[in-house]
Formats: sequence, C-alpha cells, structure tokens
Amino acid sequence: MNVPAALKRISETIWELPVSHKEGMLVPARIVASEKLINQMDAGVFEQVSNVATLPGIQRYAYCMPDGHWGYGFPIGGVAAMDPGSGVISPGGIGFDINCGMRLVLTNLTAEQVQPKLHQLIDRLFERIPTGVGCHGFIKMKGDDFRSVVQHGSRWCLKNGFASQEDLDMTEEGGCFPGADASHISQKAVERGYNQLGTLGSGNHYCEIQVVQPHNIMDRELADAFGLTTVPNQVVIMFHCGSRGFGHQVATDYLKLFLSVMERKYGIKIVDRELACAPFHSPEGQAYFSAMKCAVNMAFANRQVILHRIREVFSDLFHASPDELGLRMVYDVAHNTAKLERHLVNGSRKELLVHRKGSTRAFGPGLPGLPECYQKTGQPVIIGGSMETGSYLLAGMSTGGDAWFTTAHGSGRTMSRHEAKKSFRGDKLQRDMEQRGIYVRTDSFGGLAEEAGAAYKNIDDVVEATELAGLSKRVARLVPIGNIKG
Amino acid sequence: MPFEYRGDIAHADVAFDAWAPTLEGLFREAARATMEVMVENLDQVRPAQSLELKLEQENEEMLLFDFLNELIFYKDARRLILLPDEIEISPSDSGLTVRATLSGEEIAPTRHELRTDVKAVTMLRYKVEQVPEGWRATVVLDV
Repeated sequence: MNVPAALKRISETIWELPVSHKEGMLVPARIVASEKLINQMDAGVFEQVSNVATLPGIQRYAYCMPDGHWGYGFPIGGVAAMDPGSGVISPGGIGFDINCGMRLVLTNLTAEQVQPKLHQLIDRLFERIPTGVGCHGFIKMKGDDFRSVVQHGSRWCLKNGFASQEDLDMTEEGGCFPGADASHISQKAVERGYNQLGTLGSGNHYCEIQVVQPHNIMDRELADAFGLTTVPNQVVIMFHCGSRGFGHQVATDYLKLFLSVMERKYGIKIVDRELACAPFHSPEGQAYFSAMKCAVNMAFANRQVILHRIREVFSDLFHASPDELGLRMVYDVAHNTAKLERHLVNGSRKELLVHRKGSTRAFGPGLPGLPECYQKTGQPVIIGGSMETGSYLLAGMSTGGDAWFTTAHGSGRTMSRHEAKKSFRGDKLQRDMEQRGIYVRTDSFGGLAEEAGAAYKNIDDVVEATELAGLSKRVARLVPIGNIKG
Repeated sequence: MPFEYRGDIAHADVAFDAWAPTLEGLFREAARATMEVMVENLDQVRPAQSLELKLEQENEEMLLFDFLNELIFYKDARRLILLPDEIEISPSDSGLTVRATLSGEEIAPTRHELRTDVKAVTMLRYKVEQVPEGWRATVVLDV
C-alpha cells in the first residue's frame, strides 16, 4: 500500500494531496480514483503528481486520472494546465511518444459475417500494417516530403489520397495542429521518422477487431449517435499508435535543450530532471511547442495512413468498397499533447496551456472544437483496455470542467513489464486467447507476454471512476475478437 | 552479471542497473542492456556492417545518454541493431569524448527474436556514478 498519510478523500472518486504535502507545491494534487483503484496506485503516482504541482504557472490542481501509474516527470494519466503568461511548457508533461492516440472505426458488418474470415482478416492486417521493432512504412518519401507531412498532418493525407474530408472532421483538431514549423525539428528527427509513416510500432500499440454486443450498450441514445447500433453485434476497429521515432527524437532533443537552459538562463529549479521545462513564451518554449505540433501532426498522419491500409484490407477481403462496408471513423483522440484551450477559471474564460500525458481530452456537449454531429452528445472518448479484456467508448460530460475536460486513456498497468515477462509466456497466452475467441498475431512473444491482461488494472473499474467523477460517461463496452500487436 | 533489469520502478517502461570496472565497460554493458530490450538473442546479430561514432559531452552522464540515444537512432533510421566493438573515452576541451566502432546488421525478424521497441532514454532516476568497484549506471528506457 503506497497511499501517503496526507491524502484526503474529497468525494467518492476525488483524492487530494494538499500543498503542505511537499515543499514547493503551488496547488494541491488530485487523483481521480475509487477506493479500490487508489489502493492499487503505485508509489510513483503520488510522488510524480505532487512534483507536477510545483511547476511554475500551474493552475487549480495537478491531476492524475484513475488509470494513472508511474511515468517519467508526470505520472501516466497526468494533467496540468499552465498560465501561458507566467507558466512553463514541459516535454515531461507530454511524453516521448507525442500524440500517441486512439482511433475507432465503424463497419456495418456483424460478428457473424466476420467470424468465418477472422483469421484471414487478422493475417492480412498483420501483413499489410508494419509492426514491431524499427519497422518501416510502405510510403517512400524524401526528407522534404516528410517535412510537409509534419506541418500538415492529416491534410497531407487528404491531398495524397489517403483520407476523406470526413476523416479529418472526425479527428481532434481536424488532424492538424496549426503552427507546426519544421524549421524547429532536427535533421536527426527527420531521419528517424521519414521511413515510418503508416507503421504501428510495438509495446502497447495494436490494432484490434472488436464487437459491440447488444448487452454491452450502456447508453442507447449515445450509442446510436456514435453509430454503434447499425447492426446487432456490430464489428468495429480500434487502433493505438503514435508519432514513432520522429516524436521520440523531438522529445529527446528538447529534453536536452531544456536541461541546458532551464536553470542557467531562466533560474527555474525542478525536483526531477524529467520535468525539464522552459517558460512557454521563451524562444526555447515556443520552438518546442512548434516542434511538438510537428510530432502531433505526424501521429495524425500515421493513424490516417494506417486507416487507409485497413480500408484496403477490408475491401479486398469482403469484396465491397469501404463506403459499402461503412468504414467510417467515430473519432481520433490524442493522448500525449499540450494545447492552448480556453477554460473557465474563477468565473471567467482564460486561455491555458493544458498538458495531457496518458490522458484524453473529453469535451462535454456544446464546447467549441467539437464537430457539429457531436455538439449534443459530447466528444467520443476511446479507452483501450488490455488486449484480453475489452475496451470502451465513452462521451465527454459537461461536468468535466474542473479537470479541464480530461479523462483516462486506458486501463493502466499494475505490473511491471519485467514482472509480466517473468509471469507469462507469450506463446501460451496466444493459444489461451484463441480458445477464448481472440485471435492474435504478433512479431514478438516476449512483447505479447508483457501486455497480458493481468498486468493491467480492471478497465471496468477505471471507466466507472471517470463516470462517477463526472468526466466521461460510458456508452458501450467493446469486446475483442482479433488483434495485431507490435 | 554486468547488468540487471529492475521491476521496482517505472512499470510501463524498462529499468536496468549496469556496472563495470571501467567507464568504457559501463558503456558496453548499458548498450547491451538497451539493445536486449529490443532483440532477445543478441548473440544472433551478425557483425555485417560497422560504423564509427564520435560524441562529445560535458560529463559521463550526458555522454552515456547520447551514446545510448545514438543506438536507438540507428535502429529507427537504418533498421540497424548495433553494439559497440571498440570504445575509447578520453578527456576533451568540452569535457569528454567517446570514440566507438559499432557493428551489427539490419533487423532480421526470421533470426532475431524481437521484443519491444525502445523509444528513448529517460532522465527518470537516471544516474552514472563512480563506485569503489568501478562505474555504475541506472537507466530507465521508455518503451
């Protein structure tokens, strides 16, 4: 049990460490969790969320979501909004895998139609979507083309035949953060990234075929609005990946730059070097913000190109066009970003720099920035569980303002990769899962073992806590039947 | 054993301690620990290609940080799994210089048992220190 003595329970699902908990805390740290989940939190969560509360310019609270666990700098599940005038930007509040995110795609196929071809479908997806360590993509481009990708994100995909306008409309920020300037990225970042467009990567990145079973629909009206009730036992596709080596290099480059200027040039002292930061309006802060946007755009383009491939595979296998198969996006959400957003602070709207690391924006109904079709429902929120247990589609709630309209991003690990690898065998896990009706392909049995369901928190507990905290409402639980894992 | 993975910090990532009698030895062990996260059977990586590397940094800590990041860079940019053959670390005007010959080959999924991609070396609990027995490092890799 890692819970610090100073932790106070504020409500059923909100826990607080007061500013007196640690020297230098400017605001209290809040953790969203049920009693069961708070007791499962590792020691890193309490240490790191209270470290975040010491960052210059932080507003209201440093937050950690119920899927939180030990990260670097911020905990995974961390959220912090900074006053852009007096505050900092920190790569440790965004993560190395910038805009790692989730995309959910509908089909009008039923599980009964897909099951006879499931093995073929997963095998073809596995062949056509590059996965695993150091994988390269199928689009051959030069460095200059790649600079265009990172400046324009999904818009580049639209121009080059990999996207429709509707895909862009269903992506956070239209699939392109404005203000991405490739002059702020290193040649090294370009060299690491230009071969990786359209690749899944490895670790917890995957593409999954899931079923919406009628008894797992929790809010019929929202499920209708999100397109989950076209046919009974409707098949959907969920995938998770990010900005690949390009984003990792951008984060590494600026972590080093910030470490070199933070204290010497700006006199900022921090409690953990992974919280390296610079004033938002400094030349270094602005350069990183722009470079980060390039990585955000690379990740949007990456997921878009993967979607293009998924459409080709479905189309070939089911002998119908993507339109005929109803292959439409529900939404694309980003996990690891910093964004300027307007939020209510003490009764007036204020522009804030919101860091989200392993957490998801969850705009409630009526907020600007949502597509017209989701104005009444709130933003679709896609929460990926472990590959064994299932995932969720939720909707942002109007009560989420305290946490800057943010919610969880996954189920969150409870067991280290090292421990999981010692406890499970990948080949056995693959066979066991197949017996339970989940067909998995992977490049790595070692990697598969590390992603075993038992290494994660219970996804049902996590999403329930977000709903009780007024952050995101459950719409449907999605059950896996096939998975390709990096 | 010259390096050991740790399960007690950073659950979603990979942490290891490495140690060696010399600083060059420490770089070698930390490189092995980093690459073994991606390829389980490093003994199957053939020395088909080699390249020279020279890096300068102000201290041992940042030099190892850059050195490991170079190995990660080549894995993405050229799909190369590289390990150091020869390493020499010497004082320079700006602090320290490492000169190394790296050798290895392109990722070959049929022969290499692939595991998990390493995204970056993090600064979490990161430490390089001189100890009575030589040198020791603690490294957390983002995977």
